[in-house]
Amino acid sequence: MAEMTLIEAVTQALAWEMAIDERVLVLGEDVGVNGGVFRATVGLQDRFGSERVIDTPLAESLIAGMAVGLAAQGLRPVAEIQFMGFIYSVLDQMLSHASRLRNRTRGRLTCPMVLRAPFGGGIHAPEHHSESTEALFAHIPGLRVVIPSSPGRAYGLLLAAMRDPDPVIFLEPKRIYRLVKEEVPDDGAALPLDVCYTLREGSDVTLVSWGAMIKETLEAADTLAEQDISAEVIDVATIKPLDKATILESVARTGRCVIIHEAVRTGGVGAEIAALLAGEGLLHLMAPVQRVTGYDTVMPLFRLENHYMPSVERVVQAAQQTLEFE
Amino acid sequence: MQSIAQFTINYWQYLNAEGQVVDELPAFAQQPDQLIPLYRAMRLTRLFDHKAIALQRTGQLGTYASPLGQEAIGVGIGFAMRPEDVLIPAYRDHAAQFVRGVRLSDILLYWGGDERGMDYAAAREDFPIAVPVASQCCHAVGVAYAMRLRRESRVTVCCIGDGGTSKGDFYESLNAAGVWQLPLVFVINNNQWAISVPRSGQSASQTLAQKAIAAGLHGEQVDGNDVIAMRARVGAAIERAQQGEATVIEALSYRMSDHTTADDASRYRTQEELDQHAACDPISRLNSWLCEVGHWSDAQEQALQQELTEQVDEAVKQYLSKAAQQPTSMFDYLYETLPAAYQAQRDELAGAPNAAQGDSDNG
Repeated sequence: MAEMTLIEAVTQALAWEMAIDERVLVLGEDVGVNGGVFRATVGLQDRFGSERVIDTPLAESLIAGMAVGLAAQGLRPVAEIQFMGFIYSVLDQMLSHASRLRNRTRGRLTCPMVLRAPFGGGIHAPEHHSESTEALFAHIPGLRVVIPSSPGRAYGLLLAAMRDPDPVIFLEPKRIYRLVKEEVPDDGAALPLDVCYTLREGSDVTLVSWGAMIKETLEAADTLAEQDISAEVIDVATIKPLDKATILESVARTGRCVIIHEAVRTGGVGAEIAALLAGEGLLHLMAPVQRVTGYDTVMPLFRLENHYMPSVERVVQAAQQTLEFE
Repeated sequence: MQSIAQFTINYWQYLNAEGQVVDELPAFAQQPDQLIPLYRAMRLTRLFDHKAIALQRTGQLGTYASPLGQEAIGVGIGFAMRPEDVLIPAYRDHAAQFVRGVRLSDILLYWGGDERGMDYAAAREDFPIAVPVASQCCHAVGVAYAMRLRRESRVTVCCIGDGGTSKGDFYESLNAAGVWQLPLVFVINNNQWAISVPRSGQSASQTLAQKAIAAGLHGEQVDGNDVIAMRARVGAAIERAQQGEATVIEALSYRMSDHTTADDASRYRTQEELDQHAACDPISRLNSWLCEVGHWSDAQEQALQQELTEQVDEAVKQYLSKAAQQPTSMFDYLYETLPAAYQAQRDELAGAPNAAQGDSDNG
């Protein structure tokens, strides 16, 4: 059993599935010879050939639309968009076709494809390389949107995404691609989609987050623990469809909730979770739901990005506010 | 200075607007009788079209896109394709779909606001009509790639209009088809109008066929109102596709109808222009040639009209008598299994007092 980073776990999952299922193809820009700009697909072309690990022309809409065609033919394409900043020309294909092919044809044609993209800030990347726009996809019926926050969940959730009979947007938090290593057995065991993962149990406040912000959220929970505040930490993992039950059950026990995401606040997935709590968990709430998010502004270039990203301190303060509320 | 690249775009026509044979006929057309199935399919499409518009005008069908005057393109495609090939249609390709076994009632159901009209009984791998213009070209690349990967001899045929050739998805797809040498045929229905914008407002390119050249594909122009030429050239392109060279066929035609029943083309084009193109009609030119060579008669025409009218009427009956889907069907094909998160909404819909009426918006 090897210790590995999140990005290595992605590679391991792709390799596992390509080895056991010849329908699985990988396609995208620079995914073949180069192994991907982040090396997510390194070694795959050598092992599985250039027909199954496809270097595409530089054309994102083609990549997604082609994946729709491949999937309709019974293959299992895993398409990579090099950075989330280049994913917007793909929205048409995902919204107009991938997400609704099954529905349009009453099940005659289906679209079991995965669209992978690295996202998020904090690595001093160039313009258009740091946004977190997962809510755009969470708004589209027929899709799943999955975001891992650790090497183990990257492996298990990506395997599940590749085996899912419907289209999955798999967003990889690139800030934590190489941040930590953990042992990830290469056993082909998928983790369940559509469920939250409770990473830490607590009784005073529920911290709900996903992706790279799980790091700050767990650190905030440590800080709160030093203040004798017991924080439960939930990794949403699948932001669409939302596992409402886990969040509601937790907040029913703690009575307080802080939602943390890197994306801008307005219209973010946090708003959906806050609305869920207002609609179905109000009587358990002992304080207003707090959101700690990116600001409602354009993601700044990297000299200022640390001011934009939610910090541990902001999470701690928000949690304290929920406890101080009367 | 030296010239480093030259190209030629050929134009193909066998039967001119006057119904005269202008080139040596391809083998399949040597026996005029063999053209009668193509003639029938064009006639059927036109009768269907008249009926569909009448249904829309009387509130029994939604907004509908007519293929009037362009029947030869779809019929040529349909007869050139083999059953195992895959068609990726745009929204004016009923003729090709009918030849491939899609039921008339399916197309009525679709424009009548019912998703079941995309669950074709035949041609099960064909894509449903694509509404977002040119987006289907990318799907065609994926389907053709799958065929090549599996070493099949099947071919993908993708339809698009002249307006669609202005879009990025069209160029991205031609480009990829060239890079991977895919078994793919693009057919452009150049009917001269993209709603209100004429061909001259789409591109300064002398032909749309030459857009193939930049992508390394074979490109040619065909008289899209000559069903013999369409059948022959799509057939040749399918053979070429099997050898790994994709083709772009620009089929020259004219949109005799409004863009859709929601459009009023008199706002932007003249009756004189319509009259001029009416003289190039694909059906009457084949009729006139078949009659001239003694393979068709008024009596046969009358019998055919009666037979096809009955066929269309039967399809209309099937369409109109089809009960609306259960409202909950809007959830039942969203995912293979509806996620728990949306079950309550489905239940709400199932229990809503007005939900069972299944009214559809026929716009």
